[in-house]
Amino acid sequence: MLSKGLKRKREEEEEEEEEKEALEVDAWWLDPGHPAVTQAPPNVASSSLFDLSVLKLHHSLRQSEPDLRHLVLVVNTLRRIQASMAPTVTLPPVPSPPLVPSVADNLLASSDTILSASMASLLEDLSQIEGLSQAPQPLADESPPGRPIGGAPPSLGALDLLGPATGCLLDDGLEGLFEDIDTSMYDSELWVPASEGLKPGPEDGPGKEGAPELDEAELDYLMDVLVGTQALERPPEQGR
Amino acid sequence: MAGAGGGGCPAGSNDFQWCFSQVKGAVDEDVAEADIISTVEFNYSGDLLATGDKGGRVVIFQREQESKSRPHSRGEYNVYSTFQSHEPEFDYLKSLEIEEKINKIRWLPQQNAAHFLLSTNDKTIKLWKISERDKRAEGYNLKDEDGRLRDPFRITALRVPILKPMDLMVEASPRRIFANAHTYHINSISVNSDHETYLSADDLRINLWHLEITDRSFNIVDIKPANMEELTEVITAAEFHPHQCNVFVYSSSKGTIRLCDMRSSALCDRHSKFFEEPEDPSSRSFFSEIISSISDVKFSHSGRYMMTRDYLSVKVWDLNMESRPVETHQVHEYLRSKLCSLYENDCIFDKFECCWNGSDSAIMTGSYNNFFRMFDRNTRRDVTLEASRENSKPRASLKPRKVCTGGKRKKDEISVDSLDFNKKILHTAWHPMENIIAVAATNNLYIFQDKIN
Repeated sequence: MLSKGLKRKREEEEEEEEEKEALEVDAWWLDPGHPAVTQAPPNVASSSLFDLSVLKLHHSLRQSEPDLRHLVLVVNTLRRIQASMAPTVTLPPVPSPPLVPSVADNLLASSDTILSASMASLLEDLSQIEGLSQAPQPLADESPPGRPIGGAPPSLGALDLLGPATGCLLDDGLEGLFEDIDTSMYDSELWVPASEGLKPGPEDGPGKEGAPELDEAELDYLMDVLVGTQALERPPEQGR
Repeated sequence: MAGAGGGGCPAGSNDFQWCFSQVKGAVDEDVAEADIISTVEFNYSGDLLATGDKGGRVVIFQREQESKSRPHSRGEYNVYSTFQSHEPEFDYLKSLEIEEKINKIRWLPQQNAAHFLLSTNDKTIKLWKISERDKRAEGYNLKDEDGRLRDPFRITALRVPILKPMDLMVEASPRRIFANAHTYHINSISVNSDHETYLSADDLRINLWHLEITDRSFNIVDIKPANMEELTEVITAAEFHPHQCNVFVYSSSKGTIRLCDMRSSALCDRHSKFFEEPEDPSSRSFFSEIISSISDVKFSHSGRYMMTRDYLSVKVWDLNMESRPVETHQVHEYLRSKLCSLYENDCIFDKFECCWNGSDSAIMTGSYNNFFRMFDRNTRRDVTLEASRENSKPRASLKPRKVCTGGKRKKDEISVDSLDFNKKILHTAWHPMENIIAVAATNNLYIFQDKIN
């Protein structure tokens, strides 16, 4: 009996078919004498193997820490299959059923996208992960924390500043934290508590550009917001 | 080398007659994942046999002394020590769980009464000391028998504590922890013949450690490409030469082996020797690379040869000849026509190990359906045996098994389609001097001995 192995996301009927065929069907496309081979174009078998490989690749990529050997072997196999399918695209459509070249075309087109996108993103992740684990520096050093804030709605500002891991950012480099911030967000009404007239309201003039010098009170306020010790409250609207 | 009643060959001195000796582990049909054995290793004398499992535990068996009073025990292996080597960990930085599964155990040569071994999971290697305590000191002056401290003013006389025998207690304690040196999954560890250093290998790098120093290691091989998108090959196994402390080999997923000499340069990215067998064009398929991927590499005890295991075969290489192996042994060639299904259910990625006997005259490796294969290099004979509870009567001879590849199935043969691919024998070990073998079948450990032995 075949082991259960990889759970395939296929139609149930297809699954049953596969199980029934057990081990007998495998090498049929390699056997030139096999009736199925003489009748069906070889790229049909390659394409099912291709689909299977893409499925495996996706499954592997979805793991939190993919097995590198498995991944590399599947990708290399996928490349082999892709290479063997490529010539069918250039075949004149006349002898083969007209459907086949377009199917192959689509497969190749989508395969390129899937393959390169998946591989690129995964391997980039792996590199980044390695960078993180090998150079354990405070996260603040790795990318300007101010970057995610640009263009973000003001209500998200505080959270964006903190980034993915909260602890490190507060420990050091607070000055650097504020350098790149687009401070125009602080000109918005939402951020100004009633008790502190820190900035003129938007109606008073154009919003501040660049990075104006924050005085100590403003800095303290912002730090409090970050640490969450001060609840952010809208100034109570009166007369509405 | 035929089993009992095999093939009509004369019972020569080279023929083994393997008999069941013992089986360890639960009988349940329902196997707990944690109990699956993931590594098996004899120590240098063969008196100790260690197993590691997926649950991070190490169990050490010790061979009983053969005594006249118990002639039937014939050197049985009984549990000597059990300890939790690795625990499941969580890497908070990457939000990843680190498996506690023991990937490899390697013993250190014994230098005093205690035993030392290295055990590793995917990320961390640990040096364990296993020591015996069979005496207890009694008659302390400052504390009484319960261990409570005595009032010094009440002590009127002094006595010398005496050692009294106690029930044997075997203690395992971690002496060194070698951590944070591997980004990728560790697949091999190998103790150097200098007994001071060892190597650890992951998918892309090999590090050299000193057994005394845990806070740093030297990277000696790095095959990580500058651009990870160019990654096409990973390291699959590595081992030090048994006698030349500057030489080691590592195998790859493309079926190549590189021999490196640490004297030539600090970083051994450039090999001294490159072993690769040219591909046979007639058997080329989409799966050629996957089945050529080497899952294990082992030097012979003599140091003249090395053996590699790929999916379908075992190859013996002469270190002086890089162009091709000197021997190729087919393990289960009948699977070649089933590669697509085996690719589909991921069995094609299974990593089988292989091992030499003490005299390098025979090699052994596992297969499916709880079968394992032995090849006698001198007589050119091979045999397929099975590790199963059905053949587990004490001292019962193992009957050779045969897989029917096509046509009419003879009696006692099993057809390829009836093989159970869930019953894989990935880990086997051969006693360094005697004909005793240990075979791990999922959660059970079988020990077989040669009748003549």
